[in-house]
Amino acid sequence: MSSGYEPRSRAAQRHRELRNEKLEETRREHKRLMGRKFAFLAFIIGLIIFAVGFIITLGPLEITIPQVYETLFARFLPDFFTLDEVFEQVVWNIRFPRILGGIFAGFGFGICGCVMQAVLKNPLASPFTLGISSGAHFGVAFAAVFGISLIGGPYLLIANAFLFAMLCSVFIVGLAAFKGATSETLILAGIAVNYLFSSLSQLMAYFATDEQLRLMTTWGMGDLSAFSWSKFGLFITIFAICTPLLWMKAKDLNLMTIGDDSAKSLGVEANRVRMITMITASVLVATIVCFTGTIGFVGLVAPHMARMLIGADHRILIPASGVLGAFLLICSDAVAMNIIGPTVIPTGIMTALLGVPFFLYLVLKGKRKEFWQ
Amino acid sequence: MKMKLSVQDLDFAYTSTPVLTGMCLEIPESSLVSVVGPNGSGKSTLLKCIDRILTPKQGRVAINGKDVFRLDRMELAKQMSYVPQSSVRVFPHSVFDVILMGRRPHLGWTSSGDDEERVWDVVELLGLEDIALAPFTDLSGGQQQKALIARALVQETDVMLLDEPTSNLDIWHQLDVMSIVAGLVAEREITALMAVHDLNMAARFSDQIIMMKDGVIHAVGKPWEVLTPEHIAEIYGVEAQIQQQDDETPLVVPVRQLYGDGIRPAYRRMHTA
Repeated sequence: MSSGYEPRSRAAQRHRELRNEKLEETRREHKRLMGRKFAFLAFIIGLIIFAVGFIITLGPLEITIPQVYETLFARFLPDFFTLDEVFEQVVWNIRFPRILGGIFAGFGFGICGCVMQAVLKNPLASPFTLGISSGAHFGVAFAAVFGISLIGGPYLLIANAFLFAMLCSVFIVGLAAFKGATSETLILAGIAVNYLFSSLSQLMAYFATDEQLRLMTTWGMGDLSAFSWSKFGLFITIFAICTPLLWMKAKDLNLMTIGDDSAKSLGVEANRVRMITMITASVLVATIVCFTGTIGFVGLVAPHMARMLIGADHRILIPASGVLGAFLLICSDAVAMNIIGPTVIPTGIMTALLGVPFFLYLVLKGKRKEFWQ
Repeated sequence: MKMKLSVQDLDFAYTSTPVLTGMCLEIPESSLVSVVGPNGSGKSTLLKCIDRILTPKQGRVAINGKDVFRLDRMELAKQMSYVPQSSVRVFPHSVFDVILMGRRPHLGWTSSGDDEERVWDVVELLGLEDIALAPFTDLSGGQQQKALIARALVQETDVMLLDEPTSNLDIWHQLDVMSIVAGLVAEREITALMAVHDLNMAARFSDQIIMMKDGVIHAVGKPWEVLTPEHIAEIYGVEAQIQQQDDETPLVVPVRQLYGDGIRPAYRRMHTA
């Protein structure tokens, strides 16, 4: 490509050469940075695998990290590994489901936070921006106080939480479809619905008995104890559908973070992508929230951490936010389980207690001013 | 001459007040056309309607004879690019990534080495090596504008719409950007439609100037036909001298406002009290 830049003198020739050198240097640097991003992703995944082994050893049963991996692998390759029945009971049936649940939940919160911040063009957006958690919380409060829900039995709270979480999203998305799905409409409607359902929950709390109140409060703190093998089926199905859907939109999300006008001129139907993303993310978050309760911090902060560490390209930012979220959540949960003996602190509380200092450290140390300019 | 872009009876309104009324345009192939007019005359809105970023109330826009509003948006993005005046700056994309976004209409989920190669070509062409890896959010207004132009260049369309591409640039970069666009029009035979405030830049580089006021076209023609003292007085309310340069390019020198005395009455009262 050339236009008006043919060198006309020796000075121009020299200028040209310098620029070519600079260009080569920049290209090498670009390649190196790309490599670093993938290395970072691999590093976090490695950390998670290690953390799983380590966290399972924590607790009253004496077991070493290699024994943990042996027990886990033995499930899949019984010919190569020997299986101890006590270990199997503790590792496979008690400790591993909780950690696996934590990984899924953290991953889901991370990617949903990431895509919601992108489509709403707002760094303060989180999976709960659309009132999803306050809707779910109201669902739980309702079930606790009236004992009524669609499905009875052990799924009473979970089903009700999911139902009301989805109700919130449907309401907001419907409103946006009617009025035009700009980021402003969605955020404002989300805040309004958030307040509405918080007030309704408080109203429930006002009339609740002590026992009902306790159930509602504990749910609000967020906890991973609800996970067991019998509940993973639905969970994994929804993940298998939603995660690829969100990731496929990564390129369009990149365009949308620089403005709807630009996105449209580059061939992306901004409002449609925004709706699809919001609906997919809502389903995913509602599914997680009804098992875990409110663990809000991970979804807000994991994408920011990922962005500070590897930049804003969503093709890699989405998985990076996910794995960081998963890592944060299982580490916090491990601390919450073990820090004061047999008492288990709710995961949601510990996530924020541990995550905030780490996040502030990144904010203060970061070279970039980042957002809010 | 073959018409590249045609606009017929275009009406647009954000609220009930019309912004564009009965716009009709014919833009010939391989030409650089500037749209000039006072603030709020509808220049940017016109560009956005042509690129379907805004949906007009009525009217027809055709590129190569095809109705823009019937084309798939991705298909349109292969034929028409748009350089916005500025860009949302929330998340720290690198300049390289911002330019690579221009390849979006041409690729699937991944970008190939070939796409990146095209980005590097444009980085070289616009002299963006120094800032290619910097976060887009850290750039000055002028650098951002160049990055956005680069993004439109890698889109490789034969129609390019530019919304005041020189508004944030110093005079060196103004000339730089204008000669790059003019160069592309001459060499690659693309068609550029540009909203611009600087009448002299428009006069110097444009094949044709469209003069607008209040959403209506006031005059269309060669720079020396459109940039006359009469037109400028009517459109801007400014008395101007037009000097003829050697190559017949008119040079507009604004002299004074024709109405208002420059100082608002309230301000004057404050200082004479």
